[in-house]
Amino acid sequence: MGILESLKTLLFGKHDVGGGKQDEKPGSAKAEKPADVSIGKKASIIKEPKEEKPVADKITVGHVHMSGCTGCLVSFADNYEGLLTILDKYADLVYCLTLADVRHIPEMDVALVEGSVCISDHLSVEEIIETRKNAKIVVALGGCACYGNITRFCRGGQQNQPQHESYLPIGDLIDVDVYIPGCAPTPQQIRNVCVMAYLLLKGNDEQKALAGAYLTPLMNLAKAGTQACGCDIMTQGINQGLCMGCGSCAAACPVRAITMQYGKPQIERDMCIKCGACYAQCPRSFFSFDVVNQYEGIMEAIDAAMEP
Amino acid sequence: MVLGNYKQAIAARSTDPEILRKSQDGGIVTQLFAYALDAGIIDGAIVAGQSEEPFKPEPMVATTREELLAARGTRYAISPNMSLIKEVTRSYGLDKVGVVGTPCQMQALRKGQLYPIGLRDVADKIALAVGIFCMENFPYQGILQLVEDHGATALENVSKLDIGKGKFWIYTERGATVQLPLKVTHKYEQPGCHVCLDYVANLADISTGSVGTPDGWSTVFVRSGKGDDIWAKAIAAGAFETKPIDSVKPGLELVTKLANDKVTKNQKYLESRATEYGVGKALRNPYI
Ligand SMILES: Cc1cc2nc3c(=O)[nH]c(=O)nc-3n(C[C@H](O)[C@H](O)[C@H](O)COP(=O)(O)OP(=O)(O)OC[C@H]3O[C@@H](n4cnc5c(N)ncnc54)[C@H](O)[C@@H]3O)c2cc1C
Ligand code: SF4
Ligand code: SF4
Ligand code: SF4
Repeated sequence: MGILESLKTLLFGKHDVGGGKQDEKPGSAKAEKPADVSIGKKASIIKEPKEEKPVADKITVGHVHMSGCTGCLVSFADNYEGLLTILDKYADLVYCLTLADVRHIPEMDVALVEGSVCISDHLSVEEIIETRKNAKIVVALGGCACYGNITRFCRGGQQNQPQHESYLPIGDLIDVDVYIPGCAPTPQQIRNVCVMAYLLLKGNDEQKALAGAYLTPLMNLAKAGTQACGCDIMTQGINQGLCMGCGSCAAACPVRAITMQYGKPQIERDMCIKCGACYAQCPRSFFSFDVVNQYEGIMEAIDAAMEP
Repeated sequence: MVLGNYKQAIAARSTDPEILRKSQDGGIVTQLFAYALDAGIIDGAIVAGQSEEPFKPEPMVATTREELLAARGTRYAISPNMSLIKEVTRSYGLDKVGVVGTPCQMQALRKGQLYPIGLRDVADKIALAVGIFCMENFPYQGILQLVEDHGATALENVSKLDIGKGKFWIYTERGATVQLPLKVTHKYEQPGCHVCLDYVANLADISTGSVGTPDGWSTVFVRSGKGDDIWAKAIAAGAFETKPIDSVKPGLELVTKLANDKVTKNQKYLESRATEYGVGKALRNPYI
């Protein structure tokens, strides 16, 4: 309890999220247009919220906990002071069972959903439906929400809910807008999506265009389906004549199921937990020259955005 | 824009005779890393080292000058250098990472920094990415086939392999030279190279290759802010001898021509994948 309490003060000391804030309609405060600045300039790429109206430009974010291990949330928190910057400047955490005392899923701009949905548990099903209704953007955060991940291997029989045996990625029950694959998803990938979601919702036209271009591949992943496996780099990579042996897939795999043999990935299929990281990391799964050619400017912009 | 963004293009070679003795061209890659290691800009670099099999590259982390020098020279086979990009920050413990790679590996690196889906805590540890020009690459078995079958030479007797002047060159330890027309090499290229739209590593901090400059020299593009900074320091430290690129033959004209050839050819192939491989079906296009 001690840790949770101190985390809460750490996270919410400045804005009392658990308190009255949630009743306020998100977006009811008129968002001001951030100053026109071009990507790549270190100076104020993101508009600093005004002192007297500290939340005017923020987006509202919730963490919805389905059947996941909280590793995704921990990974988000592993942005350390970056998390504080995000919560300070860009996002109000309006819902997060682990950290904030809000019981019902409120309206929000972005829902980060961790975990798959246990369909033997009615509450979970109701909550994921509620999440879709209340959130403008639903992000499947991590392998379980995107693809089932380790929960694909569930077969029930665990005390004290042995009947819980059927788990589905959230995309099998609701439309999902953005995927962040991986187990756990990385702090930096979550951070980048948060910053881009902020720019998409609150940025100027140029920033919106960039954020849209950045998020498009992750939106396409969400459209592409709810199944992932190391096999994808064979079926969608090597089989399609696209693999050039860079080794990114092997580096991305959290369980070291992939080794490079004579320049091509070799997948130990029994080890694969189906997190989707390898395929999403592969430069030949998706690659946008429009986005990646601007890597210097984008990375500088994100760094600048993360300055406290 | 087939040559990508760059701040300067230069003809250069290392001033270190020891590096030049076994470097592929002007020793740019090895010299850059050796200087950066010395100056504390990198803690080490992922290079294509020599494995147990002759001319089969093996991604390795070099943290000393000796290890960097041992990896000199081009190995014309796939070296999955990105496979170490996370591990280099973990069991090797590097905070400032150097990495050398082909244009596609530079693409993988930058995608990995922008979309670090499975690359936790890696993006901001990349201190120096050196790209090498690349027309195509081969699976190791393809090199075996070319050298031992077409070239009738045992790979273990080979001292250097090179592609240049329209030929695939095999130099043996005993001084013999075998040349194969590039025509016979094409079918052994890896398929993934045929959708590649980058010849000169547009996304590297600094990229280099042999084309454009005389033997023993290299063509160098200084591209990013980081690259510019490191190049200036290396020059100030006397690491390189340079010449203006327009003072050498054949210069950027040839680089541009080859880059155009590659990109045009592969763009055409990409289009054919959309229309000519089936009826109402298309092969997947990775570039969205
Ligand atoms: C497959 C391939 C195709 C190439 N095609 C061209 C071309 O068409 N035109 C052109 O001008 N240049 C090409 N090059 C680059 C050229 O052969 C030299 O590697 C480059 O000029 C660097 O020489 P250097 O003397 O500066 O480097 P050196 O100091 O000799 O160091 C070379 C560095 O490259 C690394 N390396 C060697 N093999 C590989 C590999 N397979 N993958 C990744 N890294 C490797 C080594 O680890 C070493 O660090 C190609 C290189 C490769 C690997
Ligand atoms: S092979 Fe590894 S990275 Fe790929 S889906 Fe399986 S566990 Fe994830
Ligand atoms: S990440 Fe690289 S090695 Fe792995 S499948 Fe993709 S292209 Fe091939
Ligand atoms: S041709 Fe392109 S895909 Fe092939 S090895 Fe060279 S850079 Fe990579």
